[in-house]
Amino acid sequence: MIPVLLINNKGLVKSVKFKNYRYVGDPINAVKIFNEKEVDEICILDISASRSKRFPDFEHISEIVSEAFMPLSYGGGISSLEHADKLFYAGVEKLTLNKSFHNSPQLLEQIAANYGSQSVSISIDVDKNWLGKTHAYTDNGKTKTEYTPLELAIKAEDRGAGEILLNSISRDGTYQGYDLDLIEKVTAKIKIPLVACGGASDLHDFAMAIEAGASAVAAGSMFVFQRPNQAVLISYPSAKEIESSIYTLRK
Amino acid sequence: MITIIDYKIGNLGSIKNMLKKIGQPSVITSDIEVISQATKIILPGVGHFGHGMNKLREAGCIDVLNHKAKVEKVPLLGICLGAQLLTEFSEEGNETGLGWIDAEVKKFDENMMPEPLPIPNMGWCDVAVINPDRLVVDLPAHPRYYFVHSYHIVCKDVKNELLRASYGHQFVAGIKSENIYGVQFHPEKSHKFGMKLMDNFCRL
Repeated sequence: MIPVLLINNKGLVKSVKFKNYRYVGDPINAVKIFNEKEVDEICILDISASRSKRFPDFEHISEIVSEAFMPLSYGGGISSLEHADKLFYAGVEKLTLNKSFHNSPQLLEQIAANYGSQSVSISIDVDKNWLGKTHAYTDNGKTKTEYTPLELAIKAEDRGAGEILLNSISRDGTYQGYDLDLIEKVTAKIKIPLVACGGASDLHDFAMAIEAGASAVAAGSMFVFQRPNQAVLISYPSAKEIESSIYTLRK
Repeated sequence: MITIIDYKIGNLGSIKNMLKKIGQPSVITSDIEVISQATKIILPGVGHFGHGMNKLREAGCIDVLNHKAKVEKVPLLGICLGAQLLTEFSEEGNETGLGWIDAEVKKFDENMMPEPLPIPNMGWCDVAVINPDRLVVDLPAHPRYYFVHSYHIVCKDVKNELLRASYGHQFVAGIKSENIYGVQFHPEKSHKFGMKLMDNFCRL
């Protein structure tokens, strides 16, 4: 159960459908709170890096890593093996590629060869068109690619990705639940673990995504906002709550 | 003061911050003078064994560490590669280690696994205490730790084993010889479980 933290120019933000970014605080402060909540893994995505065509902010990432008492994955602006080397040196455990996988799939192969497949994942941002056909997107959902999510997941697996982060654009920040059909469709054809993201509103959604085939679940809004008024409140279910939701599912 | 040895192998900030969180001041250094004043030593490390030994030599730390560990007998904790460096030898780079603990480092063997698992082992694993010790006393229930490794320690004598975990087959996750300790996992990335272990180390 992985909190996904979006970073925009060093600030923590949260989106709805990859738009309407709202500033929710300081990422280091958020990581400190997640330490208290004993979170097993955290994912940091810098949405401003690729867009403004800049490299990862190594110094800031290093600062965040220093405060994290859990493994951390990072994505955003990674476009060379040198970037990967620097990020691993900074203490990031796993890298997430998106746009650079489209630009040069070799980078994924190189990272997987040097650091192991476990150290690199591909994020696939998915949106549906008005006919209900799904496509993978890059540039924070702005650029449509020629691939369906399944095609891209298979390609990433073939090239050595250790994990897929499947992110639904249309469900992002909406609390509608995960795109279970899509999770089922993709996990049926790949062997590597899939982390579902986009749409979670409660523990029941997590359980449903796992049942649909996801190996792990990620969420943003659910961990940073308190409903119904969307006040910023960082939260995370207790180990007991997580256990009982999975137990209910298995019953 | 607790001294974290910096031999240029990566970010040691989370180790220092976890110590701070449990109220223990520490210093990150490669300065021999500072190391010689240490009351406790943490030897971190990630990456290739041969590379790690080279970096330790380059930093000029080996003599002072030998003195602190073997003569003064201050408590010392090796983390991840730092734990492996405490042993006699590693297959990774066919390199000799510091030789403080009678053990060797071997690559995970897929043939010993019922079904092959991806290597490195990267993720959380449950651990079991093999020999009770103050370092691993009163851990929270169902202790588990975060691991990243392709090689694992093999002790020649089970008396040096502290913890075991399983990844395809059982392996040694913690070692001990007198004042010298090593853990294969990252306590600094294992929140409450790591914090308790670090707290125990501070109380040694």
